[in-house]
Amino acid sequence: MNGARSPNAGISRAAGQVHRLLTEAWRLQPLYVSLYAILLSFVVGGVLISIIGVNPFAAYWALSRGMVGGGDEIAGSVARSVPFIGSALALAFAFRAGLFNIGAEGQLLAGGVTAAYVGALSWMSDLPGIAAIPLILIAGTLGGAIWGGIPGVLRTKTGAHEVISTIMLNSLVLFGVRWMVNSRDPVVLRDTESTVPRTDPISDTAVLPELAASQPVLHVGLFALLGVCFVVAFVLNRTTFGFEVGTVGLNPHASHYAGINVNRVIVIAMAASGAFAGLAAASEVSGTNGAFQPGTFFLMGFDGIAIALLARTNPVAIIAAALVWGSMLSGAPLMQQEADVSIDVVRIIQALVLLFVAADAIVRYLFRVRESAQSPFQATSIEGAV
Amino acid sequence: MSVVEQAAGAAGASGRVGLDRQSVTGLVFGLLGVALIAGVAPAISGTSRKFNFEPPPDPAGIGFHPPTWVISIGVLLLLTAVLGFAPPEVRGWAGPARLLSAVALIPLVLVLSLALSDNPSTNVINLFNESLVLATPLALGATTGLWCERSGIINIGIEGTMLAGAGIGYMAYATIGDAQSTGWLWFSILVSVLAGGLVASLLAVLSIRFGVNQIVAGVVINLFALGLTGFLRSEVIVKTGITTGVGTSEFGLPLLAEIPVIGDQMFRGKPIYWMMYLVVIGTWLVMFRTPWGLRVRSCGENPHAAETLGVNVVRIRYQSVILGGLIAGLAGAWFSMESQTRFEDNMTNAAGFIALAALIFGKWTPWGAFGGALLFGFSRALGTRLQFLGVEVSGFEIPSEFLQALPFAVTLVVVAGAVGRSVPPAAAGQPFHRSK
Repeated sequence: MNGARSPNAGISRAAGQVHRLLTEAWRLQPLYVSLYAILLSFVVGGVLISIIGVNPFAAYWALSRGMVGGGDEIAGSVARSVPFIGSALALAFAFRAGLFNIGAEGQLLAGGVTAAYVGALSWMSDLPGIAAIPLILIAGTLGGAIWGGIPGVLRTKTGAHEVISTIMLNSLVLFGVRWMVNSRDPVVLRDTESTVPRTDPISDTAVLPELAASQPVLHVGLFALLGVCFVVAFVLNRTTFGFEVGTVGLNPHASHYAGINVNRVIVIAMAASGAFAGLAAASEVSGTNGAFQPGTFFLMGFDGIAIALLARTNPVAIIAAALVWGSMLSGAPLMQQEADVSIDVVRIIQALVLLFVAADAIVRYLFRVRESAQSPFQATSIEGAV
Repeated sequence: MSVVEQAAGAAGASGRVGLDRQSVTGLVFGLLGVALIAGVAPAISGTSRKFNFEPPPDPAGIGFHPPTWVISIGVLLLLTAVLGFAPPEVRGWAGPARLLSAVALIPLVLVLSLALSDNPSTNVINLFNESLVLATPLALGATTGLWCERSGIINIGIEGTMLAGAGIGYMAYATIGDAQSTGWLWFSILVSVLAGGLVASLLAVLSIRFGVNQIVAGVVINLFALGLTGFLRSEVIVKTGITTGVGTSEFGLPLLAEIPVIGDQMFRGKPIYWMMYLVVIGTWLVMFRTPWGLRVRSCGENPHAAETLGVNVVRIRYQSVILGGLIAGLAGAWFSMESQTRFEDNMTNAAGFIALAALIFGKWTPWGAFGGALLFGFSRALGTRLQFLGVEVSGFEIPSEFLQALPFAVTLVVVAGAVGRSVPPAAAGQPFHRSK
């Protein structure tokens, strides 16, 4: 990073000013890289928007009103963020154990289809909500946990790397659920009265209560996922198992010699990881869609990687990062409507956020942020995985 | 391979007892053989069927009696199983027999599909040609992965690199050549190739210069390409109004296309399809027959040793990743300018991941990867053919999703080591830092 007197030294100096302002105004040390990554991505996105001849400020103004411009918009943004909390937790928990679970995409599908199957069982309508709702959430969680546990078991029994096996399992479950919701002969799970391929609607008793009639609907699933975040934070920071997970993530050899059952930790971490994704999917099925439609989960698992890294794998910070992520997606349609900018701009900005968070050296260089000694996200947390 | 994996592997190995992989494979073949002879052969229709070698009016072909073939293949599988447990003198034959049995599964599938449908005959030459054509992007993508991973950079961004190639190439074609002119078509294919190289250089910079986790870098590529091509489609391609046009055209190879019966079907094809063979053969030649190829491989196995011997690991890695990207760009052009002449969002539709599966299935070797791509191309082509023939198993059609999922299931089995373990290059995924 030396030879710094490059053409962008001017930009860099200006960025340095911003940085000094922030340092003195608020104590945001651990958040610098994430905040600057978002800022930088919006700047690059703005350049892209102006290339197509639209005023980027007008576009971003529309975007921000779509995100937080009113009660309905805020509720919609929160609602859109809820499943991302689960998918990001899935990634973060595995990262902590030194595992790279890129199978959240598939675990969401597995959880969602299980939840939808259980939710549409004929006897579910006889159960009171107090029993039916936990049942559908547990079903989804279990579905995700099983699909997440498989790569864990394969890893410990055969040494198959979880990155490879989860990629394969993602596609397997994708084609599996597509068949289930598409097939008319035989009918597997398809709702034959619906024109779009989806499962039968779940029983009314299993629908999560609504908090706000926004678009999409904000429902009680929010609390379930917020609760899980705090539970995970507690487990990771305050329990023996959490300590074991962190130790295995840092150094499996040392953990083994210290008497930790590394294989057990790996399998449980993967299964738990899948369980978070499964819970998120179940809450979507039960609260938002009322049925299972594979397309609604597209990219949610991969977005989880970005959110988990944005939050530096901290379970509580994931809540904030997921809110940023979901609200951007939720605000994008208004930007398209008013400023005539394709909603894909938001996807580009999000990819850039992931890029800048992952390649934090770029951000540190531009904004002159020093490497903080106590960064909770040290290289070990994921480098060990691959 | 990381320390976790070694630890897990060591722990797993000590806990495993009993049968080794060969016997398990043999056992599976044996059970399958018994099932074929005793279960399947008596159940399927005994009327004679025919494999055609050319299109309908009075085609040449071979007729056969399905149960006889099923029983013959069943006996072959059984023999393979028996050989696995035979005395050491003849056990040398067990390996080739296993290979032969594995290959025999393809005619078995064909025989069964035809026997289970109401059609008396089907053109198999045409089916093989379709498999080869559908394998084009998979073989190119797998070659991309081969270059990257053999040099030590894991590339799960093949999908995104292809998509970017497809989108940017078609955009160039639509804006400059109105998607009509042949000259601009070739120019646009070149644009696709370069776009692939550019996207791959992003992967290279991220993973080599900045030491970003390579899986994350690949995910960045995939998400970025999806957003970028979606953006370009709605902001540029759609606004030109040229959403479809003229693609590459077929030509026959001289002499070979003159071969009676099969020549016209097997040796006529479009240019990117033919280039795929050149790329695969070229990759094999360069990677395994030149000093530079040896250097690439050494960077993927033990970069520090390579550095000690004077190899510039960083430069070699940049070169191989970008070369891989150029190949993926060509695969992208296949989607938007050869297979179809339009660009759609997420057009590659997981082909990059199937290519990755083919690479792993082929154990990170050029011919293995090509074989994997062929097998997966075949499963795609077969899926369409089964629907066309109306194949039914006990009253139900075989869903095309099953055949689409097959590559991933097969690869999972291979990765888990049930049939011939697949092991990646030793240094793949590890960031390299120059020795001080």
